[in-house]
Amino acid sequence: MANARLSIATPGAEAIQLKGWLGAHKWLILRRISQFAILLLFLLGPWFDLWLVKGNLASSLTLDVLPLTDPYVLLQTLVAGMLPISTAFLGAAIVLGFYLIVGGRSYCSWVCPVNLVTDLASWARRKLNIKGSGVAIDKNTRYWMLGATLIVAMLSGSLAWELINPVSMMHRGIIFGMGFAWAVILAVFIFDLFVSKHGWCGRLCPVGAFYSLPGKLSVVRVTADKRAQCDDCMDCFVVCPEPQVIRPALKGEAKGIGPVIMAEHCTNCGRCIDVCAEDVFHYATRFANRAPRNAPKPTPPVVG
Amino acid sequence: MAEKKYAITRRKFLMDTARTASAVGIAALGLGGYARVATGVPAPALRPPGALDEERFNAACIRCGLCVRDCPYPTLSLAELGDGVTVGTPFFTAREAPCEMCDDIPCVAACPTGALDHALTDINDSRMGLALISDHEACIAYQGLRCEVCFNVCPVRGKAITLELQHNKRSGMHALFIPVVHSESCTGCGKCERACILTEAAIKVLPFDLVKGKMQETYRLGWKEKDKRGEALVTPDIQHRFNLPAGERYDYYGKGLIEKAENDKGDDAVNKADSPFSANPLDTLNKKGGL
Ligand code: SF4
Ligand code: SF4
Ligand code: SF4
Ligand code: SF4
Repeated sequence: MANARLSIATPGAEAIQLKGWLGAHKWLILRRISQFAILLLFLLGPWFDLWLVKGNLASSLTLDVLPLTDPYVLLQTLVAGMLPISTAFLGAAIVLGFYLIVGGRSYCSWVCPVNLVTDLASWARRKLNIKGSGVAIDKNTRYWMLGATLIVAMLSGSLAWELINPVSMMHRGIIFGMGFAWAVILAVFIFDLFVSKHGWCGRLCPVGAFYSLPGKLSVVRVTADKRAQCDDCMDCFVVCPEPQVIRPALKGEAKGIGPVIMAEHCTNCGRCIDVCAEDVFHYATRFANRAPRNAPKPTPPVVG
Repeated sequence: MAEKKYAITRRKFLMDTARTASAVGIAALGLGGYARVATGVPAPALRPPGALDEERFNAACIRCGLCVRDCPYPTLSLAELGDGVTVGTPFFTAREAPCEMCDDIPCVAACPTGALDHALTDINDSRMGLALISDHEACIAYQGLRCEVCFNVCPVRGKAITLELQHNKRSGMHALFIPVVHSESCTGCGKCERACILTEAAIKVLPFDLVKGKMQETYRLGWKEKDKRGEALVTPDIQHRFNLPAGERYDYYGKGLIEKAENDKGDDAVNKADSPFSANPLDTLNKKGGL
């Protein structure tokens, strides 16, 4: 605790001491494996002529039977005035169902390739000791962005957003060829590093905003079930890409709020589990969110 | 006091919301403008078989690349930023790798959205583009040389390109074998452009709408209308009749009056039967009432 400042540059130092480096990076490592494995699955074809998965995140075909379609791209197509054939709908339904189980924004932390870039930026931010959060952008801007991308699609009758969407550009670029798209990715990195902390994924990205919608209902969640053990080291707040989601669950006991992080913007990344030396956080389901007995009824949120 | 604080926070909330909305609105306007300039295909880029018209294609194609993956040839690729084609959409360039016109059209079968229309079941019905002899000055067939490479590689052989014989005016005695493209059969596969032996192809495959002309709706071609109706639409012209000096006939091939061959009845026979005048000019002069 005496090392509060050091803690910001190297959060989880205590956890490393207690659990070992591997123990304190377990979910981070699994997440990186997941992100790279997904990319590799798509690359096995073009690189080694092993066609397990074809296509890209917009739509893919696995083992020649399983169609997957990004529901957000499908939605853009629909508002642009086209009615795709049933394969696209089937694929989107499977994807939506999947994220309804594993957590809406699990897409962001376990699948999305841009997460590698923005995580790198926030790591670099800590290492360079860049203080504050830079340009303040409202967290709800992403919903305005989501709405705007749909309106532009409707008015232009085309997938306008997909012309610049860094998420699809990066994924498609890695698999099918990048062209000049690296510049868009670099822009995201620089934006997150120097302009606004967690600026892209946490403020602007309409893809994340879209996946946060099933995230309101999804099953798998992180719980602060051992919140009584919290010693206020703040490490979880430092590493969390959406720190505002932690407080109600971690500190809400007195207000009768359950320990499960129910906020739709938790990305289920598990970094809080990793860095916590007191073992406060665990993966659980939304059904574990039983308010503690004898606790006062939750008070309705007060505006302002 | 509490009320005042409430008013301030509400005011702040409205201001913040307005600020965010305007910023996103401006960005959206920018995106809309960018979409106008960044959506499209340059002329040498062709869409895969069955692609919807460009406008609907840009709304329907989700840029997944499944068509690219299932094409057994190196034909298709997804546009990269900077290619000039709507980024992420599939295209091919005839001169580099044409469409091989697969019987089972795997690219269309792979498309999960229908941006490549699954109603296309016969590859011969596809219209990826339209071939066009873009430079008859360079095409060596026009110089009187026998080339016909485009004619021979065309998968719709003998229909999409035919060879039209023309008189070789330069030599005066040879024929030109001119390749002529027919839009009712050309699929725009690009094989002819790919195969053209010149340094720069003289036959090019371009987007269909760019090449294909269109007559005014009001145009009526007499002979076609006649075929449609089964008879002439106007009173038929009276057949032209003429008299020739005895022993001569008219040669239609540019030589004019020529001596009649021994037993060539030629035009004279026709004249004799059809002429309103007697063969003896005096009869006409002596006719009552004169001329
Ligand atoms: S609360 Fe934990 S799991 Fe959720 S986004 Fe933050 S660090 Fe990740
Ligand atoms: S018809 Fe065959 S060669 Fe042509 S684009 Fe489709 S898959 Fe490729
Ligand atoms: S398969 Fe269909 S949706 Fe996918 S890139 Fe090709 S045309 Fe577009
Ligand atoms: S593009 Fe050329 S080769 Fe292909 S069908 Fe047309 S004329 Fe034939």
